[in-house]
Amino acid sequence: MMKHILGVLVENHPGVLSKVSGLFSRRGFNIYSLAVGMTEDPTVSRITIVVEGDSYIVEQVIKQLNKLIDVIKVSKIEEDSLTRELALIKVKAEPNTRHQIVELINIFRAQVVDINKNHLIVEITGDSEKITALVDMLKDYGIEEMVRTGAIAINRGKRMLKDERNKGGYDNGNNVL
Amino acid sequence: MKMTGAEAVVRALELEGVDTIFGYPGGAVTHIYDALGRSSIHHVLVRNEQAAAHGANGYARATGKVGVCISTSGPGATNMITGIATAYMDSIPIVAITGQVPLSMVGRDVFQEADITGATEPFTKYSYLVRNPGDLPRIFKEAFHIASTGRPGPVLIDIPKDIAMATLDFKYPTEVNLRGYRPTYMGHPGQIKRMIRAIEESCRPLICVGGGAVSSDATEEIMELAERIKAPVASTLMGIGAFPGDHHLSLGFLGQHGVYAANRAVEEADLLILLGARMGDRATGKAEEFAQKAKVIHVDIDPAEIGKNIGPNIPIVGDIKTTLRELLQKDIERNDWGWLSRAREWKQVYEGLGDCHKGLNPMEIIKTLSDMVPENTILVTDVGQHQIWAGRYYKTRRPRAFLTSGGLGTMGYGLPAALGAKLGCRDKEVVLLIGDGGLQMNLAELATLVQEGAPVKIMILNNGYLGMVREIQEKIHGGRYYQTRMEGNPDFVKLADAYGIKGFRVENQEKIEWGIKKLLSWNGPIIGEFVIDPTANVIPIQGGKDDEAHIRGIG
Ligand SMILES: Cc1ncc(C[n+]2csc(CCOP(=O)(O)OP(=O)(O)O)c2C)c(N)n1
Repeated sequence: MMKHILGVLVENHPGVLSKVSGLFSRRGFNIYSLAVGMTEDPTVSRITIVVEGDSYIVEQVIKQLNKLIDVIKVSKIEEDSLTRELALIKVKAEPNTRHQIVELINIFRAQVVDINKNHLIVEITGDSEKITALVDMLKDYGIEEMVRTGAIAINRGKRMLKDERNKGGYDNGNNVL
Repeated sequence: MKMTGAEAVVRALELEGVDTIFGYPGGAVTHIYDALGRSSIHHVLVRNEQAAAHGANGYARATGKVGVCISTSGPGATNMITGIATAYMDSIPIVAITGQVPLSMVGRDVFQEADITGATEPFTKYSYLVRNPGDLPRIFKEAFHIASTGRPGPVLIDIPKDIAMATLDFKYPTEVNLRGYRPTYMGHPGQIKRMIRAIEESCRPLICVGGGAVSSDATEEIMELAERIKAPVASTLMGIGAFPGDHHLSLGFLGQHGVYAANRAVEEADLLILLGARMGDRATGKAEEFAQKAKVIHVDIDPAEIGKNIGPNIPIVGDIKTTLRELLQKDIERNDWGWLSRAREWKQVYEGLGDCHKGLNPMEIIKTLSDMVPENTILVTDVGQHQIWAGRYYKTRRPRAFLTSGGLGTMGYGLPAALGAKLGCRDKEVVLLIGDGGLQMNLAELATLVQEGAPVKIMILNNGYLGMVREIQEKIHGGRYYQTRMEGNPDFVKLADAYGIKGFRVENQEKIEWGIKKLLSWNGPIIGEFVIDPTANVIPIQGGKDDEAHIRGIG
């Protein structure tokens, strides 16, 4: 199924995240990942949601999100956008394998952020595919623990989410945002 | 002005023009009740908080204003949930106020704490947990605005007890500023042009009105459109009354339980103009088979409804009234009467009442009622067979005069909603049509009726069964009737007497008119029990050979 990335600007209120996530479970939409954080405006938070579904589902998701009063803007993030995830991976590293692992990590431009006798903790940022590729490689050495964020995404160039057409001004001709 | 949170709540209600509030007190709202008691607002003491929300719902639907209800925290608030969900599904503007444990205790599972904003999240248009007494004026201003504009719906305000006790400087805002909420009222001009072209090109246009047409107050505009373009008008259950049922262009109630003329017209139309109708599963039957020959224009204020159930060719996001007014400015006219005369013929198809040997014929009772009620009557129904019969056989002549739980189908809605409608419209006749099952679901509200002295005319169609389910058991479960016979039913006439309400029973066909006359002429609350044939069914019994196609099952 196709993955789509949505950028969502919301009021920075308590409870907003539960309204957004509740909507997904209630309407049976599949969230692949969700990441939330502050923006340049302290009253506004930005949620990046990766959803799976066909065009009907994505249109429904966008419309239902727009219906939430705490949602200020929803927009699809274009395919050529910048997307990043972050992962911290604790991998088994005995003295005899440590070098191989570090080499591998360098190829991925990842970093070692912690080390002890038997383990390394690797930090990597990048798009989903890159992180998954490194994870696959490290599996051979034994991944003991891993934590991974959802994707965040931003459009390239001068396109900005906050300037996208206002919620009230639907393009009735097409009726999708 | 300095005042307490509780006083601020009441002051805000007064400033919003609230004259009636439905509620039930408890520990978390005593301060608000104390302030209410010193105000001009009339409080209606229901017997269960569910009825407070239904009461506010009936009031809102009958008057077009926002209905207001209040309960205490915990069990009071959870009791209200069914009523809030009922209002949500039918897009009815209510503001529900709940007490909450003190803010400092929230989250500790203290006595009578319930996370009501969380619990009602799926059924509210918006909700607030008040965290600052100073926010109360803004929150009330926003709540009434959100409830009543765009696609209306319930808004909940949860007020911790310490917030009600705190003091604040009260200043009521004159406007709201919600950057995430700006409903679109005017349809896109380009789309309106396309709509006009589609109408002019059509040979068999059909208008279909839904609940949105009622809440938008668009009856006049819809009548003008229908008359100018010679289009017949069908209605969903929620749209009943948006177009006068006795108008020559009216075809009546469409869908799974609808009448022949309306369903036949949907099949034959080449243009379907949906006005504020979300076309839920009960209205369309199988969506893929619905209106296959028609191009679809869908006007709705909620963009999320457009394309959800029916894929329209011309989607228009906007308020029905505003958008139609704009459209009617243009010279749009169709003068082809051919289609209309066919549609009228379908109306003549005999809507059989069926034979009833084991008791009165409910359909005949409803037809007689329809013929006898005064022009200004509001009919409130409960949920079940009688509701469908009312949709089919009762001619609603005005908007806001047919109140029913369409979306959630909540049994127990009828009695408290009828009370709310009566208190909102004291000059109108309010008739409640209800089954013996549904009446017992919120039976205790008879006392509220008495306490209010509200002359609601209650017509029980007593079949001694949960009729709608009995019918499913007959048709789908081989007649294995299980748990649908209401064996412990009381003697409703004696019951009325116990409440000090006038009561009577009708068992003879010749007495039907007499009974209805008695209901309508009595100057106070009254219960008329009509003992009907328990085997009477809602599956349409229609003339013509191709009726099977219209019998889509009721399961
Ligand atoms: C709260 C609730 N519980 C259960 C149902 C399922 N239900 C729908 S109609 C019906 C029977 C209603 O019986 P009655 O009130 O006697 O009316 P009748 O169908 O006989 O006219 C039932 C149980 C419901 N709609 N609402």
